[in-house]
Amino acid sequence: MKEFFAFVRKEFLHIFRDRRTLLVLIGLPAVLIVLFGFAISTEIRNVNIGYMSPDDDVHIDRLMDKICRSDYFTYSGRYLSEREADDAMRRGEADVVLMFGDDFMSRLYSSEGAEVSVVADAVNPNNASMEVMYLTGIITDYFREDIMMAASLQAMQDQSPVSAAIAPAGSLTPNLRMLYNPQLKSSYNFVPGIMGLILMLICSLMTSVSIVREKETGSMEVLLVSPVKPINIIVAKMLPYFVISCAVLINILLLTVFVLKVPVAGSFFWMILVSVIYIILSLGIGMLVSSLVRTQIIATLICGMIFLVPVMMFSGMLYPIESMPVALQWFAQTIPAKWFIEAMRKIMIEGVPVQYVAKEILVMTGMAVVIFAAAVVKFNDKLD
Amino acid sequence: MDSIAIHGLRKSFRKDLPPAVDLREDVSISKGELFGIIGPDGAGKTTLFRMLATLISPDAGSAVLEGLDIVRDYRKIRTLIGYMPGRFSLYPDLTVRENLEFFASVFGKDVGSNYALIGNIYCRLKPFEDRKAGNLSGGMKQKLALCCSLIHSPAVLFLDEPTTGVDPSSRRELWENLAQLKASGMTIVVSTAYMDEADRCDRVAMMKAGRFLTVDSPAAIVRSFDRPLLAVRSDDMFRLLHDLRAMEEVEKCYTFGDTHHVTLKPGADADAAAIASRLEPNHSGLEAGPVQATLEDCYMNLEEK
Repeated sequence: MKEFFAFVRKEFLHIFRDRRTLLVLIGLPAVLIVLFGFAISTEIRNVNIGYMSPDDDVHIDRLMDKICRSDYFTYSGRYLSEREADDAMRRGEADVVLMFGDDFMSRLYSSEGAEVSVVADAVNPNNASMEVMYLTGIITDYFREDIMMAASLQAMQDQSPVSAAIAPAGSLTPNLRMLYNPQLKSSYNFVPGIMGLILMLICSLMTSVSIVREKETGSMEVLLVSPVKPINIIVAKMLPYFVISCAVLINILLLTVFVLKVPVAGSFFWMILVSVIYIILSLGIGMLVSSLVRTQIIATLICGMIFLVPVMMFSGMLYPIESMPVALQWFAQTIPAKWFIEAMRKIMIEGVPVQYVAKEILVMTGMAVVIFAAAVVKFNDKLD
Repeated sequence: MDSIAIHGLRKSFRKDLPPAVDLREDVSISKGELFGIIGPDGAGKTTLFRMLATLISPDAGSAVLEGLDIVRDYRKIRTLIGYMPGRFSLYPDLTVRENLEFFASVFGKDVGSNYALIGNIYCRLKPFEDRKAGNLSGGMKQKLALCCSLIHSPAVLFLDEPTTGVDPSSRRELWENLAQLKASGMTIVVSTAYMDEADRCDRVAMMKAGRFLTVDSPAAIVRSFDRPLLAVRSDDMFRLLHDLRAMEEVEKCYTFGDTHHVTLKPGADADAAAIASRLEPNHSGLEAGPVQATLEDCYMNLEEK
């Protein structure tokens, strides 16, 4: 046991002597979380909106006023013709343009109804579809509330035929509710994703690099020619990174709750437990990598590239797994981060009880067992 | 009792290359012996050391260390041996003291219990105890590495080129330390590329291309050198080397300090005077005469066998 603690002490000394790396390990997650939480988001903001309408219309003015009062849109101008609107889009002046037809006002009150086209710059398809979605919502809302109110008022007053044209539209009212994330904040989605990414990176990259470094400098040779059990060398290597990962985890959670204001809906205990399982799993991956490669560069490349990219792509952090081709969906099931992110979303955001994440926990535990077994089998207490 | 008994050892790393180590004979090293292995770079010294230190397994052959087989009982052997690899392999970011304490506790010992063994060496490092090992000079690094491989009081000590890249006075100190350790009954196997150091060993093995060419005491090796050996010098040493090599009686000619050593072909009918007279017209300040062979001469001439 004494040998083991001497090892652990040595590993901590290595880490604390290398202050810059430690700073990156602790600082980078915080920066990423804040960055993704505030700056980088899939929410759309400050979209430049213009409108094209051949004639003045009080309804159009009121509608535009309503649109521009929201955070999402900024008024960019009125265009008199389609051509003018097109030019504005090309110049980048407007991202989205509402095109109202001729005689919008009078058609609105006629039986065939009025038309408004939403024309969006779809160079960025995500943004375009978001913009269109928001606008449709606002427009529908406007006509339901304002015009219907006016119409029904009018109808009550003078029984004019106008009410007959519009009133039927109000018979079916979709009632939309966004569960768990009513404000559609992207940080709700990103926090679990970033956690999955960072913990994987710290654990697998740092452990594998620190083991491979000993191989590279030759000190592994000296360690192997000692009575220390190889498993102790490995566990002693992992322990400090386990501690650091837990510190990072706590750091991320504090930032998430107090800075990003993402509430933790579910149980803290289970959330921490799931994270710890994931940390252990990632440490195992780092250990496996270190027993397979000989140089720090290759270890870094494998952990950085081969693990990072799938975590980004196939974990459901950026793109929904359900919309991938079947083969890739199968592949995604093998990504540890996918299970972690799913479990974290369920516990943290949806706040479900633990039995609903039992599958994720079991899968991660199983992966950890398999990877540890493989790493121990692959670990060689000789040089060849 | 033999401390180390080698019964042929072979190791090859790639099928298309000749084996790195290919010992065919039995070699035994007795307890408390200072055994030197000399050979050029690439002779297979490090591979042999790694095999004996149980770091790599031999393809064929076997060896017994303190009664333990290097393949079967490698875990037990690891508690008995000290191994100092050729390159500095301690932790440069830990201090001298931390390195020593770490290696002591790896073997379940503390620095105090075996301090007597390293005291002589460590006293030179004492003033730098709190310095990072990476900031030590080459000689100091080697001293520290030696301390770390001795701190658990091993029965057998393997030192792979401990004096490479170390200044002459540190080299002398190191050999004095080894002599003291040997006196305490430790078996020491040391490899070196410096012939003058090999003289300090009880026995040396001359190694080339994975084979032991000869294993004997330095004195016996020198005694067994039976060829006439000449030392020749002149003012134009470079040209002299060419001229000597061009002579047909000369078997081998190589630079040795500030002279050229020349061995003659067996049965060649020439002596120092004859050689000198033939070189005289082209060289000024020519001196030639017979010399006593040294270990290096033996080594240079063994190589070609």
